[in-house]
Amino acid sequence: MTGPTDSTDEELVRRLQSRDEAAFRELVRRYQSPLIAVARAHVSTRASAEEVVQETWLGVIKGIDRFEGRSSFKTWLFRIASNRAKTLGVKERRSVPFSSLGDDDGPAVDPERFDNMGMWRSAPAEWGSTPLDVLAGSETLAFVDETLRQLPETQRMVVILRDRQGWTSTEVCDTLEITEANQRVLLHRGRARVRAALERHLEREGAGA
Amino acid sequence: MRLPFLRDKKIMCQQMVELLSDFIEGTLPNKTHKRVAAHLAMCAACPAYVEQLRATIALTGRLREEDIEPHMMDELLDVFRTWET
Repeated sequence: MTGPTDSTDEELVRRLQSRDEAAFRELVRRYQSPLIAVARAHVSTRASAEEVVQETWLGVIKGIDRFEGRSSFKTWLFRIASNRAKTLGVKERRSVPFSSLGDDDGPAVDPERFDNMGMWRSAPAEWGSTPLDVLAGSETLAFVDETLRQLPETQRMVVILRDRQGWTSTEVCDTLEITEANQRVLLHRGRARVRAALERHLEREGAGA
Repeated sequence: MRLPFLRDKKIMCQQMVELLSDFIEGTLPNKTHKRVAAHLAMCAACPAYVEQLRATIALTGRLREEDIEPHMMDELLDVFRTWET
């Protein structure tokens, strides 16, 4: 059985076109998680997102022989997924203005943290001095994960694709059909929310230690 | 060294925090990037914020991806195997 590989998408697609099951498994493993993140932007529940992604993979099986590589596999795949997710989202009467920034336009940091000159009242903590087993421990990671789930969906999606999946901003903009400027704002706000939540979390941890 | 832009248009910490994600990304206009870098070089507090933001990004990068539910994979493989033959 083949484990996770470093094969490129192009190699995997060629193998998939000759009905290689291991290549199919690897593509599913590679893209399942970001596909669900993208689908989740259009539909109301996790279960609907899974349905969309499942249909997407069935669409891949049906369509891969006609895939000629004019766009990248990734672009093609996410286009199938977002089209299906949009269709289902409309059925669910959940019309999310996808490219909008949402209603979160609050500041990155609580204004109370600054004096009336706009300077920090007290400096942010040096996380470098936080023990690594606390900072990067499983409990902190679970907290980050939970915080991400609570972000507005467009923010969460951009943060997940950029910072967890390591996508480039161009890939994110193409897939989500948002502008570069929107992408930057969503990323900024999402990261700021997660940082602020982590700051409160680590303070509590520190106080308990 | 002379820092003329600081005299004219000083960026305060509160404005800084709105620019630092873009600063890390390297997507700020050149002039703004330089002003942010100059602020960071002389501010006692903002570098810790940058460090926290970088740590936040690194921690997000360490999150495990969700695995596909086994029953979903089985369903897909059933279809795949029918297609194969």
